[in-house]
Amino acid sequence: MTTESGADSEAKQQQQQQQEESTETPRENPKAAEPATPPNQLEQLPAAVGHSTPARKEQETQEDDQDSRQSSTSRLSRSPLKGVKKVKIMQCKVTLLDGSDYTLNVEKRVKGQFLFDKVCDHLNLLEKDYFGITYRDVEKQKNWLDPTKDLKKQIRTGPWNFAFNVKFYPPDPSQLTEDITRYYLCLQLRDDVVSGRLPCSFATHTVLGSYTAQSELGDFDPEELGSDYISELRFAPNQTKELEEKVMELHKTYKGMTPAEAEMHFLENAKKLSMYGVDLHHAKLVGRLYQGLARAEGEDSEGVEIMLGVCASGLLIYRDRLRINRFAWPKILKISYKRNNFYIKIRPGEFEQFESTIGFKLPNHRAAKRLWKVCVEHHTFFRLVSPEAPPKKFLTLGSKFRYSGRTQAQTRRASSQIIRPAPFFERSASKRYNMSRSLDGAPITENHETLMKDSGIAANARGDIITTVTTEKKAEEEKAEREDARAETTEAAAAGTLTPLRQEAKCSVVRRVKGENVFVKHSNLMLEDTEPPTVMVKHQTNINELKRSFLETDTGVPGLTEWERRLSSSPARSPRMDEPPMIEPLDLQDEEDQEPTRDETKAEPKATEAAKYLLNCTADSTLVDRAPPTGPKGISPLGTLDDDVFSAEEKTPDSQEEFSEKSAARMSPGSVREEVSQAITDKRGMLIILKEAEVETEVKEEVEKLPITKMEALLEDVSQVKGSPKKAMASWVSEVARAEESEVFRVLTEEVTKTFEQPKPDMAPITLSETAPLAVSTLGWVSSSVTSEKASPDSEQKKPVAMEMDTAPEESARMEEDVVCTKEMPVVHTETKTITYESGVGDMNGDTDPGVLLSAQTITSETTSTTTTTHITKTVKGGISETRIEKRIVITGDSDIDHDEALAQAIKEAKEQHPDMSVTKVVVHKETEITPEEGED
Amino acid sequence: MAGLMAGFGCYTHAIVREVPTSLAKEALRTSQAEVDSTKAQKEHDAYVHVLRTTLGLEIVELPVDETLPDSVFVEDAAVVCGDTALITRPGAESRRRETEAMKGALKDLNLNIVEMIDENATLDGGDVLFTGREFFVGLSKRTNQRGAEILADAFKDYAVSTVPVVEGLHLKSFCSMGGPGLIIIGSSEPAQKALKIMQQMSDHRYDKLTVPDDLAANCIYMNLPNKGQVLLHCTEEEYPESVKVYDKLKDHMLIPVSNSEKVRVDGALTCCSVLINKKSNH
Repeated sequence: MTTESGADSEAKQQQQQQQEESTETPRENPKAAEPATPPNQLEQLPAAVGHSTPARKEQETQEDDQDSRQSSTSRLSRSPLKGVKKVKIMQCKVTLLDGSDYTLNVEKRVKGQFLFDKVCDHLNLLEKDYFGITYRDVEKQKNWLDPTKDLKKQIRTGPWNFAFNVKFYPPDPSQLTEDITRYYLCLQLRDDVVSGRLPCSFATHTVLGSYTAQSELGDFDPEELGSDYISELRFAPNQTKELEEKVMELHKTYKGMTPAEAEMHFLENAKKLSMYGVDLHHAKLVGRLYQGLARAEGEDSEGVEIMLGVCASGLLIYRDRLRINRFAWPKILKISYKRNNFYIKIRPGEFEQFESTIGFKLPNHRAAKRLWKVCVEHHTFFRLVSPEAPPKKFLTLGSKFRYSGRTQAQTRRASSQIIRPAPFFERSASKRYNMSRSLDGAPITENHETLMKDSGIAANARGDIITTVTTEKKAEEEKAEREDARAETTEAAAAGTLTPLRQEAKCSVVRRVKGENVFVKHSNLMLEDTEPPTVMVKHQTNINELKRSFLETDTGVPGLTEWERRLSSSPARSPRMDEPPMIEPLDLQDEEDQEPTRDETKAEPKATEAAKYLLNCTADSTLVDRAPPTGPKGISPLGTLDDDVFSAEEKTPDSQEEFSEKSAARMSPGSVREEVSQAITDKRGMLIILKEAEVETEVKEEVEKLPITKMEALLEDVSQVKGSPKKAMASWVSEVARAEESEVFRVLTEEVTKTFEQPKPDMAPITLSETAPLAVSTLGWVSSSVTSEKASPDSEQKKPVAMEMDTAPEESARMEEDVVCTKEMPVVHTETKTITYESGVGDMNGDTDPGVLLSAQTITSETTSTTTTTHITKTVKGGISETRIEKRIVITGDSDIDHDEALAQAIKEAKEQHPDMSVTKVVVHKETEITPEEGED
Repeated sequence: MAGLMAGFGCYTHAIVREVPTSLAKEALRTSQAEVDSTKAQKEHDAYVHVLRTTLGLEIVELPVDETLPDSVFVEDAAVVCGDTALITRPGAESRRRETEAMKGALKDLNLNIVEMIDENATLDGGDVLFTGREFFVGLSKRTNQRGAEILADAFKDYAVSTVPVVEGLHLKSFCSMGGPGLIIIGSSEPAQKALKIMQQMSDHRYDKLTVPDDLAANCIYMNLPNKGQVLLHCTEEEYPESVKVYDKLKDHMLIPVSNSEKVRVDGALTCCSVLINKKSNH
């Protein structure tokens, strides 16, 4: 988060509002601890640097290990705020990776993120996304602190003791930007090794130990170090004299190696260990084994004790130390848990027709949920470009938990922008080993040591709720990649229309073709490659930022929230947006803090969800021979716009199962989004690999105020849409307004054509659209007002209704042209979202007499070089309807491009298209890519 | 720099054992094949000659033991990786004593010896495929889960995945490594299926080279100083079609080695030696 600017800040602000009130340990400067301001490292640095060696600073309570239940809870009365209102202050003790404790006081109601940020500040850690804070629950099991939830709801009993740990082990630590990050990773791994969580051979203990010695003690020097120096360090669970001698032998050979180098070597070796970064959970097999499972001695009966290992690449299944199966993330369609059971649904193998679900029995409900969460988080972190939005509040089924932090791709992108000089930090010598928690062993009760004792404390009795995460998007990712591979020319049209219909069709293709190479691609994409993800995400984020500021500026404050909401579900949404509302519905009373920022528009989320819902319906119906949708998805969203409908839409296993026969159709809007964004980023990523963009120019253009006088409705059949998929102006609109006005509108895809000559020779491999016409397959996510009368028979029958908004005849004609153009267009990914609602939402219009807002929609279309965001709002003021179209065009390109010309061209074209429009704002934003000194790695 | 898991295919020593005359009559076999004892002996000598003279490995020759008719297949008696040697507990009762001489030789080479003493465990080295990054252990008639577990315990750095072997004697009866990340695999259905499982189980990517004959997929890869990549494989007389496939490996020094007799008692090329990399230092 530290290097993000602008875009992130507001997401943070809400949190900050609470955080500001909490007190700090005296030495902390509250100002500096406030990450709210667009985190400018330079500003933060001074305060943080002062704490670079946390270990000894605060309380010397090392003996008091993290598990001790000695009360460290206290309510301090020195809070300056105390007088104002009664804030309860809690003392938190966080055991750091070097074994020391960091004690700080926080207000009782702060969220996990606050504590985490504090600790990271204290540690001077910028690449913090790999880390997390753990606490022990009543069963002494380690749980990850949810940054989005209140501390007090997570620590229900006992003292507020925590530990700072590595949460996501980077598969390639050399890609971390800062040495200090690697240092902390090393500390974690040393503990993993010494505790036995990371098993390794004698030879490996020797090698790792020798690098540890070098990094902590420097060059071998018997005079200074003494002859027995090595015994003070801990290298292995069972350290022998022989091991120490070998370590010393190797240590002698490292003369001149810096601590950072030694740590790098340490990590290079540690990362190869098979259990590196594998989070193990005890379980038993339930039901039949998957065919790929190696069977021996009839162990395919139920109740075989196994271990489930969650790691960057997927889920590993161990029996004792043997790996008996592995499910890479792309293989997994769904993960869920129910009571004590954890389920994964597996993509059908080459010769299978159906998915198979494998069940695992966990010791108890909490363990099942913990495993599920860890899976969700690992999957999101390592596999997705950006986190998924949590399910909406009113969904009554399932956990709303989603990973809220940054993904690896995002964090890499962010850390590539770290520009501070390498911070000085003291390596805290062998302190931890002298009084190590690890030494006495006790505190290091791993999950699997105690897990099997089923304590039966099912605190959460509501556990029979099934929760799912839509790993389905794996399919989309795969598909996106595949498309990328071949899309350039031939598949242009197909790639361009990433509507659900298309996806359906393709999904099956992918399924058939899928095989080993899919895996390869994936691991390449997310795990192994070096630069690409960083770069591509970066670009995406830039666009996000632009989009966001665009949306911010145009509406009033309440509207902003409105847009934020939509943005947060847009394909290219900025990750930070999702942070605040991350909810665990299964826990009590979580609901209230779920949407601290968004309660203004109560009805609105429903509308959004309705949109998705409808999308689903239509997607299904069009795909499956346009049969009227049945089952949960067939329920008319208009007829019953209440929670029940939406919870039906929630992707519970049940509903999914019902539709398993058309499994491809089960893609959620979320996955569609993901796919789109994935495709986009992939494209961009490719592009960027090829060129070396030093400068990008973003041109924002806002064209405002296009009054519309006449509206004309025209009905379009789905088949029509289907018949001309190239056109793919599939907009499903639901009946809206109150009364007879019956405002239906057509999802108007405003065409802004950015012609962009890319003279870069090295970009040749990408068939760049020289004349990139724009924006084509828009799919409308339409919702209807909550209060609307659901009368319209059309909508009830789910007949998509397309309405032409007749701005100007010429324009329509032009649009047609554009549509035609599209056929030749290589790559255009478009997403359109439409939200329609009534003024019943009243308070959202803070500005002057906005009239009745009938519809609002945002269309985002992206080509390789341009991103166009069209924002159409339609209001009715005293019988006159007004449509306001705002368009933002972002041109991204090289320094080689003549930006002025491109800009002029863009404006000219926009004007041609919409003579009535006026250009109100042009923003040129130049961004120079910084290549920091240490940027090579 | 000390680095782990480097140098796949680097060997300095090879342990072999002479062919007992009892092999022809008494050695275990899955088919009713006649073995020409003299010819088998000749082939074995040629094999050892290649290792010693052509490739310059130091040969440790275990004494012949007539009471152990299968003892020429030393691979089954031990699994060596790095400086750790696991003395196996062969699946065939009659072969258990083969490990004794092996253990002695490995001790003499100063390797860390791990013994499989669990009476419920069986493991033949022929079921162990080490890819350089991980182990695959075939669960076969000769090797069971427990044996694989002990192997996993002996080589903690590596992932050890189990693969059911439904046909053929051992896992390596239809596959072997042809280079770092290159799996040579037979084209039979069980072989291909096993490969699929291996791919699914693995975090690593492998290339595969499919040869028409399963048995021809057993070859010996080495990466030797001054020699580069070396591949000992079957001869044209035995498997003409498969040799054509091997011939496509342009970067390898290809050495056809005849194995027509030992194969009758299910012995493949890898079976007849235990390869060891004994570094000079530490």
